[in-house]
Amino acid sequence: MTATLRHIRYVLAENPVTGVAFGGFLLILLLALAGPALAPYDPLASDTAAALQPPSWAHWFGTDHLGRDILSRVMVATRLDVQISLAAVALSFAFGSVAGVCAGWFGGTVERVLSRLVDTIMAFPLFVLAMGVVAALGNTVGNIVVATAIINFPFYVRMARAETNARREAGFIEAARLGGNGDARILGFHLFPNILPPMMVQVSLNMGYAILNAAGLSFIGLGVRPPTPEWGIMVAEGASYIVSGEWWVALFPGTVLMLAVFCFNLLGDGLRDIIDPRRRT
Amino acid sequence: MTLLSVENLSLAFRTRAGTVRALEGVTLDLAKGETLGIVGESGSGKSVLSFAIMGISDPAARIAGGAVRFEGLDLLTAPARDLDALRGAEMAMIFQNPRVALNPIRPVGKQIEDVLLRHAGLTRAEARVKAVEMLARVRIPDPERRAKAYPFEMSGGMCQRVMIALALACAPKLLIADEPTTGLDVTTQAAIMDLVGDLARESRMAVILITHDLGLAAERCDRIAVMHAGHVVEVAPTADLFTAPRHPYTRRLIATTPRPGVALADLEPIPGSLPDLRGDLPPCRYAARCERVDAACGAGPLPRLAVRPNHLVACARPL
Amino acid sequence: MPRTLRLILRRLLSALPSVAAVVVVTFVLTRALPGDPAAYFAGPAATPQAVEEVRKRLGLDRSLPEQFLSYLGELARGEMGTSLTTGQPVRDDILARLPASLELTLAGLLLAVTVAIPLGVAAATRPGSWIDHSARVVSTAGVSLPVFFTGLLLVYVFYYLLGWAPAPMGRLDLFATTPPTVTGFLLIDSLLAGEGATFRAAAAQLALPALTLGLFSVAPLARMTRASMLGVLSSDFVRTARASGLSRSTVLVTYALRNALLPVVTTLGMVFSFLLGANVLVEKVFSWPGIGSYAIEALVASDYAPVQGFILTMAVMYVGLNLLVDVLYGIIDPRVRIEA
Repeated sequence: MTATLRHIRYVLAENPVTGVAFGGFLLILLLALAGPALAPYDPLASDTAAALQPPSWAHWFGTDHLGRDILSRVMVATRLDVQISLAAVALSFAFGSVAGVCAGWFGGTVERVLSRLVDTIMAFPLFVLAMGVVAALGNTVGNIVVATAIINFPFYVRMARAETNARREAGFIEAARLGGNGDARILGFHLFPNILPPMMVQVSLNMGYAILNAAGLSFIGLGVRPPTPEWGIMVAEGASYIVSGEWWVALFPGTVLMLAVFCFNLLGDGLRDIIDPRRRT
Repeated sequence: MTLLSVENLSLAFRTRAGTVRALEGVTLDLAKGETLGIVGESGSGKSVLSFAIMGISDPAARIAGGAVRFEGLDLLTAPARDLDALRGAEMAMIFQNPRVALNPIRPVGKQIEDVLLRHAGLTRAEARVKAVEMLARVRIPDPERRAKAYPFEMSGGMCQRVMIALALACAPKLLIADEPTTGLDVTTQAAIMDLVGDLARESRMAVILITHDLGLAAERCDRIAVMHAGHVVEVAPTADLFTAPRHPYTRRLIATTPRPGVALADLEPIPGSLPDLRGDLPPCRYAARCERVDAACGAGPLPRLAVRPNHLVACARPL
Repeated sequence: MPRTLRLILRRLLSALPSVAAVVVVTFVLTRALPGDPAAYFAGPAATPQAVEEVRKRLGLDRSLPEQFLSYLGELARGEMGTSLTTGQPVRDDILARLPASLELTLAGLLLAVTVAIPLGVAAATRPGSWIDHSARVVSTAGVSLPVFFTGLLLVYVFYYLLGWAPAPMGRLDLFATTPPTVTGFLLIDSLLAGEGATFRAAAAQLALPALTLGLFSVAPLARMTRASMLGVLSSDFVRTARASGLSRSTVLVTYALRNALLPVVTTLGMVFSFLLGANVLVEKVFSWPGIGSYAIEALVASDYAPVQGFILTMAVMYVGLNLLVDVLYGIIDPRVRIEA
C-alpha cells in the first residue's frame, strides 16, 4: 500500500499535469453539484436590452443574443453535460464489462455472438451511428445517453475480454476454483476486482469522449433543446455570431467544454501511469 | 601491426536512477588479421564496449574519457561523416538474434545492396550482382532466389549468414561478432563460426568475438580479454590464459566452464553477482566477490601488471 | 502483382459480413422509427384510410422478413426512398452531395498525414526536445478539441479578424463559375477546365474546413507515429543499419519509417471513424453542401429516409476505407502479402 502511494507520488512529481487535471476534475464536480447555486444570474432570464454584451465586470463571459448571462449558463450546463456523459459511460461500462468478462471467460458461442455484435457497431463511423440511433429512437436527452452508451460499448467489451483472457489461467483464479467457487462467484469476486483498475483508466478517457460526443449531437440539434443551457448547444447558438465578431457567445462554452474533455483525458493518462508504469508513452 | 587500439576508455549511462559507469579504463589492442575474444558474464560491458567501438552507443551513453583508434584515426573525435564512411566499409558488426537484426520488410538482397551502394561506389545493377555473390560466398544455396526473400521466410542460421554477407560485403578490416551464435542450434553454431573463421583467414580480417562462452572463445581466438563489471581484468594469449590464469576471476570463470574430464557437478559457480555500477565503487570491482581480497586491494588505483610481455592482469594480488 | 490482387480479393470477401451487418442495422433502425411510420409518411392531416394506403404502399402491412427482403431488393436497385424536404430520390441527393464530402474528408486527411508523420518522426528522433514536448501537448490537446469549436475559432481568426479566408459559406462563393462536373471534386474539375480563378476560389473555401478536420486527426496520427517510431528506432535492425554506416536518411526512411508506418496504418481505420463523424460537424459549421449537412437538415425536419440513406452511405464508405487500409498494409508488409 505504501509502495502504491509512493508510486502515485512519484508519478505526480514526474508529471505535475496529472495533479492539475485532478484539480480540474474536482472543479467540474463542484460545478456539476452546485452550479445552479453558485451561478450569479438565472441562466434562463433574458434581458433583450442587454443582448450580446461583451465580457464585463457584471457579465464576466458576456451575454448572448437574448441577454442571458453566459457565465451562469456555462456553470449550470456543467450538471447536464456531466450527467449525460456519466450516465452513458456508466451504461457502457456496466453492460460492456459484464459482456466482455463473459466473452473472455466462457468463450465459444457467447464470445462469437458478442464479437459479432461489437464488430457490427464498429462497422459504422461511431458519431454517425449515434446520429442514427437518436434519429430512430427519438430526439430526447435520454436517447443521447443511449446512443453514446452504444458507441462506447465495444471498447469496454474488448478491453474486459482481453483482460479476462489474460487472467483466466492465473494462480488466484485457479485457487478460487479449487476453493469450490462457481463461475459467478469467481467472476464477480475474484476476476472483476482484478480487471477494475485498467477499466477505470478507460472510463476516465471515455468520459472526455462521451462529453464531446454528446455536445456534438446537441450542436447539430439533437437531444437537448433550447433554452436549456448545455455546452454544445450554446456553441451552436454562438456560431452565427462568430462571423459578425461576437466571439464570446461561442468561445466561453466551447473553451469550458474543451477544458473539461482535456481534463478527463489527462486524468486518464495520469491514472494509466499510476496503474501501469510500463505503458507510459 | 596494430589495427585497433582502445585506450583507457570510460563510458557511463545517464539513467533516471543515477549514472551507471558501464566501462572504466578499458585498454585493448588488436593486430591486423588477429582474432580477439572478449568474454565475461552478461552485464560485464562486452556489448557496450563493442557498440562504443562501432560508434553506435545508446543515446544515453556518454564517453567519459579515453580514445578508440582505428588505423590511427581517433573514432571518438573524428567527424561524423568520416565515421559513417568507415562503418560498414572498414569495420562491420554482426549481432545476436539475427532474425530481428535484419529489416523485416525489406528483401535480404536489397539490404546487402544498400550497404554496397553506400560504400562500394557500384551501380544498382552491379550491386545486385555483388549481393547475390555475397550470398553465395556465405554458402547460402540458391542465392538468386534467396536474395528476394524476406527475413521471416528464413531460419535463424540463414539469417545469420545473410548478416555475415551484409557485414563482409565491403571487405572490412575488422569484424565485431557480438554473440553471433546465441539462439542458434548447436550444428548451426559450428557452421557459422567456421564460416566466420574461413572468411577472416581468406582476407586477413581481424575479428573481435564477443561471447559468454569461454569454450567457444578458446576454440576460435588467438587472444582473450576477460571483462568484469566494466573492467578488462585480464588479457592473454588463449593457451596462456587457460593454462596459467592470473586473475582470480578468470580462474573462477574457467572453473565454471564445462570441459572434457570434469563432471558437471564439479563445476563451481562464481559467488556473488556483478556489483551495482551506480555510485561509488572500490578500485577493484571484483573485490566483493574475491576470495583473495585483502587491504592492498582497496588501497590505491587498480594496478595493471604485465606479468609477461603479452599477458596483462588488473589485480593487486594476482595468482 | 497477382499476390496483391489475391490479397485484395480476400479482403473484399472478409468485408462482406460488415456490409451485411450495416444493412441489417439500417433496416432495424428504419423499423424502430418513433410512432407509426405510415402515419408519419402520410402526413399529419391524413385520414385513417390514407394512412392504411400508405402502409400498404410502403409494405408495412407485411411480415418483417418480407419487409427485409423488399428492403434488400430496393437497395440492390439503388433505391433509398424519397426525401420529403427536397422531393428528390435520396439516392440522387446523396450522389450529388457526396463529392463535396469526399473532397473535404480527403483534403483534411491529406493535411493531417503530411503534418502528423513528420511531426511524430521529429518528436521520436529528438526525445525530450521542445519539438517532442510540443508534439505531446498537441496530441493530447488535439483529441480534446471539439471539432465544431475549432472550426468556429478558425473562422473568427481567419475570416473575421484577419480577413484572409472567405466567409464560411459552402464550396464556392457566388461570383465564381462552377466548372463542368467531371469528378465532382471542385479542385480537380477546375484544373481540368483550366479555370485558375475557380481553382483558387475553391481552394480558399476548402482551406479552413480542411484545416479543422486536419487538426482533429493530426493528434492520434502524430501520437501513434511517435510511439511506433520510438520503438523502431531502438530495434535491432535499425542498429544493424547504423552499424553498416548507411546514411541518416536511409536509416530513418527506408529502415525506420517504413516499419514504423505499419501500426500507423492500422490506426488509420479508427481515424477514419472519427474523421467521418467530425465531417458532419464541420459541414454544419462551414455550410458545406455535403451529405453531412444534408443529413442534419433532414434530421431537424424529421425526414428519415435521407438520414437512413446517409448512414448507409457513410457506413459503406467506412467499410471501403478500412478495406483500403488493409490492402495498403498488405502492400507495405510482405508478411501479410505472402501469407495471402
